[in-house]
Amino acid sequence: MADYKLIGKDYSTADLVAKVTGRAKYAEDFRAEGMLFTKLLISPMPHARVRSLDTRAAMAMPGVEAILTADDLPEAEAPEERALTNEPLYEGEPILAVAAVDETTAADAIEKIQIEFEPLPFSLDPLDSLRPGGSNARLEGNTMSGRDLLNVTWDNVDWSEVDNGNLPTNGEVTDEWEVGDVEAGFAESELVLNETVFMQSLSHQPLETRTAMAYWQNGKCYLHVSTQSTARTHGPAASMLGIEPDDLVLIGEYCGGGFGSKVAGSIQMVIPALLSKKAGKPVMMRITRQEENFIGRARPGQQARIKIGFRRDGRVISLDMFIVQDGGPYSRSGDFMSSGDQASIMYQPLNQRVRGISVYTNTPPRGAQRAPGGVQAVAMIAPMMNKAAKELGIDQLDIIRINAPEGQASFGRPREGSQSIVSSAFVKEALDKGKEAFDWEAMKAKSGQKNGSKVTGIGVSLSSYAAGTSGMDGLLIIRPDGKVCIHQGVGNLGTASVFDTARAAMEALKTDWDQAEVIWGNSSKHLPWSAIQAGSMTTHAHTRANWATGLDAKRKLQEIAARDLGGSPDAYEVSDGRVFRRGNSSQGMSFARAAERAIALGGRYDGHELPEDINVMTVNSATALAGRGLMGVAKDNFETSGRNISYAIGFAEIEVDVETGVVKLKDYCVSSDAGTIVHPRAFAGQLHGGAIQGFGVALGQKWVYDRRWGLHVSKRFYSNRPPTILDVPHEKEMRWVAANEPDPFNPLGSRGIGEAAQGAGTGAVLCAIADALGDGYFYRSPVMADMILTKVEGLPTAVPKLTAHA
Amino acid sequence: MAVIRDMMPAFELFQPASTEDALGLLNRYGSDAWVLAGGLDSWDWLKDRVKRPSAVVDLGAIESLRGIRESVDGLAIGAMTTLRDVIQHTNIADQYKLLSQAAESAASPQIRNQGTIGGNLGQDTRCWYYRDGWDCYRAGGNICYADTPTAMNREHCILGSSRCVAVNPSDTAPALVALDARMVIRNSSGERVVDAQNFFIGPNVDITRMTVMEPGDLLTSIQLPATWADARFYFEKSRDRLVWDFALASVASAARISNGTIEDIRIAVNGVAPTPLRLTAVEDAIRGELINDQTVELAGEIAIRGVRPLAHNGYKVSLLKNLVKRSVRGTEA
Repeated sequence: MADYKLIGKDYSTADLVAKVTGRAKYAEDFRAEGMLFTKLLISPMPHARVRSLDTRAAMAMPGVEAILTADDLPEAEAPEERALTNEPLYEGEPILAVAAVDETTAADAIEKIQIEFEPLPFSLDPLDSLRPGGSNARLEGNTMSGRDLLNVTWDNVDWSEVDNGNLPTNGEVTDEWEVGDVEAGFAESELVLNETVFMQSLSHQPLETRTAMAYWQNGKCYLHVSTQSTARTHGPAASMLGIEPDDLVLIGEYCGGGFGSKVAGSIQMVIPALLSKKAGKPVMMRITRQEENFIGRARPGQQARIKIGFRRDGRVISLDMFIVQDGGPYSRSGDFMSSGDQASIMYQPLNQRVRGISVYTNTPPRGAQRAPGGVQAVAMIAPMMNKAAKELGIDQLDIIRINAPEGQASFGRPREGSQSIVSSAFVKEALDKGKEAFDWEAMKAKSGQKNGSKVTGIGVSLSSYAAGTSGMDGLLIIRPDGKVCIHQGVGNLGTASVFDTARAAMEALKTDWDQAEVIWGNSSKHLPWSAIQAGSMTTHAHTRANWATGLDAKRKLQEIAARDLGGSPDAYEVSDGRVFRRGNSSQGMSFARAAERAIALGGRYDGHELPEDINVMTVNSATALAGRGLMGVAKDNFETSGRNISYAIGFAEIEVDVETGVVKLKDYCVSSDAGTIVHPRAFAGQLHGGAIQGFGVALGQKWVYDRRWGLHVSKRFYSNRPPTILDVPHEKEMRWVAANEPDPFNPLGSRGIGEAAQGAGTGAVLCAIADALGDGYFYRSPVMADMILTKVEGLPTAVPKLTAHA
Repeated sequence: MAVIRDMMPAFELFQPASTEDALGLLNRYGSDAWVLAGGLDSWDWLKDRVKRPSAVVDLGAIESLRGIRESVDGLAIGAMTTLRDVIQHTNIADQYKLLSQAAESAASPQIRNQGTIGGNLGQDTRCWYYRDGWDCYRAGGNICYADTPTAMNREHCILGSSRCVAVNPSDTAPALVALDARMVIRNSSGERVVDAQNFFIGPNVDITRMTVMEPGDLLTSIQLPATWADARFYFEKSRDRLVWDFALASVASAARISNGTIEDIRIAVNGVAPTPLRLTAVEDAIRGELINDQTVELAGEIAIRGVRPLAHNGYKVSLLKNLVKRSVRGTEA
């Protein structure tokens, strides 16, 4: 590997002390002169229409200053969502907001509001909506095809099969593709598995709720939010407010977790902004945990039929996926199609068909969650791979290896006749490293061992997901005091990538990190156009963009030195805060001096002339910064080839107590292929944090709805059961290893890892449970104590396999 | 009128410094008063505006309600002693480990630092319908939403229900029933002492309360008699998550064993009925018996006599049987 000064080294990020001492200010921590607080009136029903509304008594209360309703908001075309509504489509959907001098008054005012609802038919489960005579979540239709809402009913389906827990595959779908000939593939398969599988919907549950505060000054809106990506929230927020981006100052320096639910902030962030305009005072909207459970987004659950044909050696010949997705009430989630693509990457089937439909339900809105579609694919298919290995007498690792992608493997839905390719895959190298780190052979020998009522299970699973994009901009200024100020449009969502990727610029300048200052989190601070801080895009995209920017600054330093000291620019080197003649380091100048010279020279050196290919947002920011020092500014134009995909392989040891159904996670090790590791500690945080989120998918996090009333009964944080830090193995520390092979299509070789990490945890634990209890046991997640005891004791199943939110 | 949750309304807060002052306040406000201990149960109710007391009496400043003291016959644990202090108390850990184990299984470390033993015993049920403010029997209505054909009730009763199918959620309760503890209750007219097993009441007695405590009453201490000190103990709590979760079912037993024979035993379970249940029929059947497979099996069979599982909690029957068997055997398996 290249000899880097900063890349691949641990360091402390600039926000660390502020975070651990509590000095970091999140949206909720800001105060403004005369600030009001708002509370939301949320829907008590799964689907209803506001029939009458009388707010007079509330408005008459001392301290109540304004009420915002859906009538104050621009219209939206179905199936798009608005921040407030007169036709709530799920329990907990905000209907109106009251601003008052404090929250107590605002809440008391809500209790004085006379509101009458007309209950409307609702649907909690996609299959209920597809069933003839079933009711739909939306009046306009239960699914979307292209841009059209339409109503699909499965008249031709044998519903008794559904009731028996088997999903037929002859119902109408909205999306499908096929590569090769799956039926022919099945015909030549040695083993064909054909299972109905279920994966639950899950709330994102970031610890910081989507609180926002806003005020207006001199015609500009100042909006404090919790967002994953600053640059990519600014435009959408301005657009939702109906103002020019120049008139919005967006502040979001810290974000207490998003997991995909705050990619561009939240739709509800417009509530305090519009309310503030109406009241003429700043407005703070603190979102409670219970509100977060409703409005805070969720991963779509899937009910699916998966058929896989295997060769004798375990190679997947045909993979047929038929997916019904729980789409929530709004928009259109593409998770189910992504599930097909990810399965294609992980198992490289020679023939594949994917068919699916996303059906609207009156449950919380769906959004991208860490590896959207990828986690579902792993949760549903990994246990089947495990079963196939057993039936074919193959080692569980070997069946992963024989199907794993290699090099620039192709995958997914064919477009214009050909499939996509990946930028690189060193999965086999990662498998080897993981095998050793987990001590696979020794652990495998423990499989099925009984210790009294406890049975040990060993599981392993591959997980893949997108891990980068390209073509973004970078922007830095070397100031006359010698500081290198690296402006970052990506957000600070806790992954450290806002700092990690800035190090690429300092690497190009071969200069100590102490000399850098990262500028982030505030749109008035002149930020460059950036990737969405989601989908593990950032590390790849912004190491590239900042490397390009660092190289641009380096070239300008060389040119200035050559101009002042003679010779050609190429005769000069840059390192340790200086530019100097190669072989004679005394002949050179400091960054500080070069910055002064850049200002004197003007033009492209200090940002008065800019590259033509950078985004208009970067142009505006660079223009504002022009003349302040030596400017590095560039678009990432490095070569690309294929989609950037990263891989994680989870290894888990669990113990199931067959007398109580309690599952204990004993050991977890993860191996990975995500290119060159930029910041090992942050990388480990992603691998382990993602895995823990994945344990929740496997072991207990879910929603429970009462079907008669359409209401969520497990909406409390504790009854929703996300995993806690004490649910992770603690007798043995969680471990990680990595192939650490550079991606050939990033000059620094790096890719993201956050997404793939979650599925590795989910898949490994589900496979370990199946290993302990026998295959074909569940194919439904999460696997909880009641399910295990019901199976072990041969009791009648309490919850039909295909029932959602039970 | 519109409904709002998760936002605490204003109330009058009292922070008396003595038990007498607290009792005076409880007497004055009667059923409008709310007794606040660690707040882990209380704040949910208050924030959700489902319970709307006009006065909250915070016991946090009453020193005499805290701490563990040796008494003539065993130990006296102040009701405001935190679960952490119960767990860390050497004497309890040495002689009454059943209680330490039970307390340690409660909630999470943070909650155990704040939650008190009195609060753990007196907490209301966690039935998700009732806690969300549905107008059920327990809330004064005329239906049990957890016992309808569409109800979600995997965490509810299999034994002893009467209209309401909610269970008692306390982890320390079964341990204290097994240890034959006594609850010291004071009100403005005096003090009374109630056996732990009689402290908890089911919906057949009063559907709106979980314990014998009435408005004006204050649980001041728990007496732990020496009778079961150093006995052979068994505690186990089954739950979905290893931390911050209530019991699907739990068992606590204290036994005197001599040469493999059960000289005496007390067994209590929780999470399966509206109250912690002492399994006297099991105790009677196995007292004097050798601990062997037959005895263990018999205990398990008797424990589940009369069960009436709901649509989603049939698994609790097996769970109860298995936990009781383990508690008689004294080991997991």
